[in-house]
Amino acid sequence: MSILVLSFLVVGLGLIAWLTARMRAAGFRRATGARFSSLPSHHGAFVALWTVLPAALFLAVWATASPALVTDRVLTDPAAAQLPPPGFERAALLSEAREIAAGKSFGEPTPLAAKLAPAYADAQSHYDWIGSGVALLLAFACGAWAFTRVRPDFRARSKIERVIMALLLAASLIAILTTLGIVVSLLFESIRFFQMVPIGQFLFGTHWSPQVIDARDPGASLGALPLFWGTFFIGAVIAMIVAIPFGLMSAIYLTQYAHPRARAWMKPIIEVLAGVPTVVYGYFAALTVAPLVRDFAVSIGVSWASSESALAAGLVMGIMIIPFVSSMADDSIAAVPTAMRDGSLAMGATQSETIRRVLLPAALPGVVGGVLLAVSRAIGETMIVVMAASGVATLTLNPFASATTVTKQIVDLLTGEAEFDSPKTLAAFALGLTLFVVTLLLNIVALTVVKRYREAYE
Amino acid sequence: MSDGVAPIVPGTAAPVTVPARMPTDWQTASRQTRIRRRYAAEARFRLMGLFAVVMSAGFLAILLFTMISNGIGGFAQTRIALPIDFPRAGLTLDQARLKGPGADLALAGAGLPEATQAAAIVAYGPDGDKLLSDGAWLRVRDQVKANPALLRGRATLWVPAADTIDIAAKHDGAPADEAIVAKLKAMGALSTGFNAFFLTASDSTDPTMAGIWGALKGSIFTMVVTLLIAFPVGVLSALYLEEYATRNRFTDLIEVSINNLAAVPSIIFGLLGLAVFLNTFHLPRSAALVGGLTLALMTMPVIVIASRNAIKAVPPSIRDAALGVGASPIQVVFHHVLPLALPGILTGTIIGMARALGETAPLLMIGMRAFISAPPDRLSDPATVLPVQIFLWSDQVNRGFVEKTSAAIIVLLVFLLAMNGVAIYLRNKFETRW
Repeated sequence: MSILVLSFLVVGLGLIAWLTARMRAAGFRRATGARFSSLPSHHGAFVALWTVLPAALFLAVWATASPALVTDRVLTDPAAAQLPPPGFERAALLSEAREIAAGKSFGEPTPLAAKLAPAYADAQSHYDWIGSGVALLLAFACGAWAFTRVRPDFRARSKIERVIMALLLAASLIAILTTLGIVVSLLFESIRFFQMVPIGQFLFGTHWSPQVIDARDPGASLGALPLFWGTFFIGAVIAMIVAIPFGLMSAIYLTQYAHPRARAWMKPIIEVLAGVPTVVYGYFAALTVAPLVRDFAVSIGVSWASSESALAAGLVMGIMIIPFVSSMADDSIAAVPTAMRDGSLAMGATQSETIRRVLLPAALPGVVGGVLLAVSRAIGETMIVVMAASGVATLTLNPFASATTVTKQIVDLLTGEAEFDSPKTLAAFALGLTLFVVTLLLNIVALTVVKRYREAYE
Repeated sequence: MSDGVAPIVPGTAAPVTVPARMPTDWQTASRQTRIRRRYAAEARFRLMGLFAVVMSAGFLAILLFTMISNGIGGFAQTRIALPIDFPRAGLTLDQARLKGPGADLALAGAGLPEATQAAAIVAYGPDGDKLLSDGAWLRVRDQVKANPALLRGRATLWVPAADTIDIAAKHDGAPADEAIVAKLKAMGALSTGFNAFFLTASDSTDPTMAGIWGALKGSIFTMVVTLLIAFPVGVLSALYLEEYATRNRFTDLIEVSINNLAAVPSIIFGLLGLAVFLNTFHLPRSAALVGGLTLALMTMPVIVIASRNAIKAVPPSIRDAALGVGASPIQVVFHHVLPLALPGILTGTIIGMARALGETAPLLMIGMRAFISAPPDRLSDPATVLPVQIFLWSDQVNRGFVEKTSAAIIVLLVFLLAMNGVAIYLRNKFETRW
């Protein structure tokens, strides 16, 4: 029996348990006419949970354990003696035999695999029967035991509520597990990488060309400094040169000058910019902006301008970031006490003088925090640079030259046809770890700045 | 009077003479120029603000205009009139098999592809078959299936043109193709119609046959997995953190993780999916299942944060009243707080799902960038999603894919717009101000 059929059976048993326990509990009420702490449906849910949960847990464990058990049993078969020693070839033969046994194979089977297939089918059905039997027995036994506890004075509701609380706690644990998963998986692969390439060489090396890696000295072509510079140049310099003026000035105009009705229209329109998928921006950058930038560069005399320039990617990224800067600036300007603004206006300052001399200095920490968050967003942005920036790592200050970023290199390294254990693929995890740490630090600093600033005016 | 300043009582001391400050004379020329300068600065500043707003909206307009003007052609198909003489086309066909599920196979086996090519050569000369799309015979097949009577005589069918002809007809193609198009137009053998392939077919190497249905189905599968995991987990953990958790180091840790996860770059989730789901649990590569799991981890913090805000907005009096009539803490939350917070939670969920729908980078990491020419049937089948399809098409050299890419972007944007529209509608309809 497949796991799916079995799950349906167990759930069906649970449904039956729910109905019978509910009927029984409803009977108490009719017989005595008293009111109890638990409703009939609570009793029903209690018995149903006892029927389903242990069996489901067993099935989960069994689904992970049984393939190994099946393989062990197959290996005791006489035909298995001809198998090659443990390794890739052996695993391939075994999995082919499994496919044949399951009736999923295509083409001419290997003779040995065909010989092993009956043993596989045999072992599979053997353990399938054991697993199904135990699961159904478990469901039945636990359900029956729970059913015996259904009595008028039994507090089924508090038991159910305890299960629900456990469920809630488990749900919130997933966030911690995810964070842990990110940290552990990045660290684990990065440590393996740093065993092959010294960490100093990776962080401060200036030569990046993962296409040709010398097996004796992989670190020589895996110096990531040009990537860090490219990321900083595109995400924190060019993009911010676009995003900060436009974002800040839009926020000022919308909060201080615009008619409320105009603001109600314009603010959502600008926020749509943040909702456009990044792959669309990437396509826009590659198709429309990059040729324009190149033509412009050629027209001002930079004849060697790259068609995958840092400027094109940075400009489009800046446009994407405008709404982030704008909404953060909006919040911080709104948080400045009205008394300061009114005081300045009462002294005869014009509105722009009030904004420039009073509101902006007061809101500066919040704005800076917002800009830091925007930078962290920009350097983690992937699709725009994958589609519009080049793969050539150069240490350059020229916006018309090609530059590459950490995220672009992660994608390039992991979508090639390389083995998983090569320094090339592991380098992607080391880059990922660097990116994770940097964005985390930026976020922490930004949030602390914003929080301090909010407290200052509360 | 602690600071020792004596009150001035009239008559007891001589009045102190303060040198009087002359009132500013605003009419002098220097004052007037100064005021003018300040007002000019004010106007300039205001104009700069307006310029920033208009430019930001302008960027959006340019973006949308580029996509729509490039992509609108992707929904259109150039067709060529193809006269076929069916009785003489050499089809070996059993009429009875045309009814029922075997019809497609029967027609393909009967030599319809070859017959279509032969008819094109008869009609348009020795290179006539190159004028037609590789999928032209599919259209012939569908028309024959719909109307088997066609097989008994001569008929003129409209079939899709090859991509070179398509480009030449819509934009400006190679001179040779332009000449052919002009000739066909003069013969009245060229027309354009709605490109049904685009919405019903999957990826193909031939742009005239490429469609988004496979990618769309992959996106739907992925989103279903994401929703089924991220929504319950997100809402339950929000309920726990907001309603039950006591503030201690442990719940602080949960809170910090959730806030940080919301700010982690999406590509990091891709690396997590690669390392955990593919390399540790050995789940199938490029499957909608793995894509959905990865995006669920990414979407969950968004849902938690939105749900917490919605739960926070439910006034405490509701909880007190429910507790007062004897409800247990679980009943208070599940019977009263959750239903009242649900509109806000749903709005946040839809916005999070819209973000996940447009996400590309993490899915590239888990291998969803393969060429997949059949829509997935199960969650574990290799699949691709709409944004990844856009990315793959944008890399194609063939010029015919430019408009397909933009057309796919239009479809994606329409979906996102619809989702955000629903979110705004929900918020306006059900939002309660307490």
